[in-house]
Amino acid sequence: MKKENTTIPGINRRDFLKSSSGAALFIGVSGLLPTFIACKSDREKRQAIESQRLTVWVELAEDGQITIYNPAAEMGQGSMTSLPAIFAEEMDADWAKVRVEFSPQESEIYGSEGWSNNAKIMLSAGSRVTKGYYPIMRMAGAQARHILLASASAKWEVHISGLRTENGYVYADELNKKISYGELVPDLSIPETLPRDPEILYKDPSQYRLIGKDVARIEIPQKVDGTALFTMDIPMVEPVYAVLERGRVHGARPTLKNEKEIADLPGVLMTVEMDHGVGVLASGLEEALAAKKALDIEWGDSPASGFNSQDAYAQYAKVLGGPEKGRTITSIGDVNSALRRAARVYRADFMNDYVYHAQMEPLNAIVRVSEDLESAEVWVGSQQGFDSKLGVPQALGIPPEKVTIHLQYLGGGFGRRSMTDFVTECALLAKEVPGKAVKLMWTREDDLRYGAYRPISLQRLEAATDRSGKITAFSHYIVGDGGNLVASGIKNDHYNIPNQYAEWREVTHGIRLKHWRAVGHGPNKFAIEAMLDDIAFDLKKDPVDLRRELMANSPKALATLEEAVRISNWSAPRKEGRGKGVAFLERSGTLSTGVCEISVDRNSGKIKVHHFWSAHDAGIVIQPDNVKAQIEGGILMGIGSVLTERITIVDGEVQQSNFNDYHILRMEDIPDSVETSLIASDGSPQGVGESGTPLVACAIANAFLNLTGKRLRHMPFTPERVLSVLRP
Amino acid sequence: MESYTLKINGRDHNVQASGNALLLWVIREQLGLTGTKYGCGISQCGACTIHLDGMPARACSLTVESVSKGQEIVTIEGLSENGDHPVQRSWIKEQVPQCGYCQSGQIMQAVALLRQNPSPTRDEIKAYMNGNLCRCGTYMRIVQAIEDASESVKNS
Repeated sequence: MKKENTTIPGINRRDFLKSSSGAALFIGVSGLLPTFIACKSDREKRQAIESQRLTVWVELAEDGQITIYNPAAEMGQGSMTSLPAIFAEEMDADWAKVRVEFSPQESEIYGSEGWSNNAKIMLSAGSRVTKGYYPIMRMAGAQARHILLASASAKWEVHISGLRTENGYVYADELNKKISYGELVPDLSIPETLPRDPEILYKDPSQYRLIGKDVARIEIPQKVDGTALFTMDIPMVEPVYAVLERGRVHGARPTLKNEKEIADLPGVLMTVEMDHGVGVLASGLEEALAAKKALDIEWGDSPASGFNSQDAYAQYAKVLGGPEKGRTITSIGDVNSALRRAARVYRADFMNDYVYHAQMEPLNAIVRVSEDLESAEVWVGSQQGFDSKLGVPQALGIPPEKVTIHLQYLGGGFGRRSMTDFVTECALLAKEVPGKAVKLMWTREDDLRYGAYRPISLQRLEAATDRSGKITAFSHYIVGDGGNLVASGIKNDHYNIPNQYAEWREVTHGIRLKHWRAVGHGPNKFAIEAMLDDIAFDLKKDPVDLRRELMANSPKALATLEEAVRISNWSAPRKEGRGKGVAFLERSGTLSTGVCEISVDRNSGKIKVHHFWSAHDAGIVIQPDNVKAQIEGGILMGIGSVLTERITIVDGEVQQSNFNDYHILRMEDIPDSVETSLIASDGSPQGVGESGTPLVACAIANAFLNLTGKRLRHMPFTPERVLSVLRP
Repeated sequence: MESYTLKINGRDHNVQASGNALLLWVIREQLGLTGTKYGCGISQCGACTIHLDGMPARACSLTVESVSKGQEIVTIEGLSENGDHPVQRSWIKEQVPQCGYCQSGQIMQAVALLRQNPSPTRDEIKAYMNGNLCRCGTYMRIVQAIEDASESVKNS
């Protein structure tokens, strides 16, 4: 496959254009178009056109309507607007004529190398969508513009250098001619070669009309008038409703004791015993839910049986004290010798309880398996995955090309919807009633209790300072479950500390775990940044000054710190009863500093966040207002998670069930203001969706230290924990 | 199964349901009014907020039988002709929704607030909206949109 120029053998391109549903311009990704064009027979060509429909990034109709295909999930992060905006920018399209559709789930065509250099993957997670697709959308959009220019050049018999584009028109200024992109459709021709040289193709950023401006999010009107369809909203003809009773103890195997009784209930079609639960298929949702309540199930043991989450920290402490080493994550210099030579040594342990995703739309999916059991259609709001067919081919024992995924809006993802358990459950249930659309609903209780949480962890930090107060060593041990789920964010790449060591030791409990917005960064940055403030407090140093010294070699990090200091008016005297705390971190390439101002009700122990300021270097920002919305939202989600959210497990059973006992942030607890500043940058775009959330724990803990002189070490900072720190 | 008449968005709808069937499932699954969302089923999140005789109510906790006595039910679909209620316009202006799942409920609650109190203070907004959860954390913009809508209602 050629990388540089996409050479297209001479064929009747008008024929191609006509046969592909009227007049349309298809810009394939590099290497795919030639495969199509090389077809010999008409029949082959027709088939190729059909498959070629899967390779398009854009369709241009004669009326000027432009359809851009969005390869990413839309879960509120706004990339359904920002990716097409990047494309339209380089195409120089009139945004008012742009429609956006989800691309098919075909990762060979629509995948990005944002996850791995050698594999194309469709996965909206880790804040990598814009970062991963920026070069792809730019190139594809610029090539589309090139085709339009080349076509106008042929039509008017004028050299391409005499042409320019502007907002959906091609101009030949010397001929005093202009033509809209739509009017060009009948004359479109694909050039022999498509340039790939950015110097030739790309717009001068000073000419941008979309990138860096605020284009309104394309799907917001539907989300405001109630017409946006989430998976469970899609009308299906006579759907079969499915629900599943899963164990209170994760991984427990069921034995159904009253199958016959359930089968006799009104509307029930059948029960289906699965490894981890009992499914009920029924003609109506309420019938299915009633039958679920009536199930009599005996549950077997699982690895989670008998587990008590609040006892785990003592076990973790033993692991830390034990001889068995874990996996080394960072090893720079010689921490032990620096600790021995230290003027002062600081030690602290930090803990965090399980947290639950709590996306507002409970998990659900629709699957229809064909009557011959050889193919399947899936409707689902998914963050996609390394397997773009979401585990359905394996579940059904059919080839991937026999599975069609219709991606839908996600009522929140936060990492939960990059897991495909609910999709494969639905496929297995749908297999029982081939030909029928099966609509699987998780109740909120199902969603919470059979959640996949951010793991608990115990972190032990040790730091050394020399006589001048300079930090010479930083050691960070973490004990927890889930590999990178606990280890992410443990590195300190922007702090100049000569000796650093980080190690992860694993303990497993059989509790389901998953990436949760910002993953390990939440707990780990909490520990690191709180440790720094401990040191600053002890040395009577301004926490900002301490970080300035540490960031001496990281000017971009320092710039975020200075901007946050400026907008938060850091150096102003503290208001009575208020404390301020600062925190810095890097997540998904974005550098962020946050400052918050809090007060504490010393009777109830309740912490109130009054203001949150943050400054970020996220590279080029496609949609500034949307980026701010992501950061604001992440901070608000962070406040809830840090102050009130916890999942506890007693004797293997999850103790919470719904929003009455799992408390996410409510309106009455929002800050008075959240202010976000984006630092101008010409670096490539970085991830922002997870930048706000992990700033919160450390900024609050540090503000608490500033206000009270006391330390918060265990998330969440519930009123009871706050009181126990204030009144030891 | 019994037959009930529900007055929704100014129209009578005949539905077949058991008396304890929940309004939320009937309007979503039988009538296809899917703008009203299921979030918790226990009146804790507000995603299913509708208007019952002008007052906000949680459809997940109302039986069909209890709302079939001629009460006026309004869902997000019936709020305005073209999605252009002043509150909806402010929601777009402030670019409030992220995932959008809770927003029908938020908007229905906000409309009811402004009907009762056209010029709410920020604390009144927070108190009235406290039962509507948003996991994406759009609360700051919800407040701004309500304040913006309050201004436009006053000026109209």
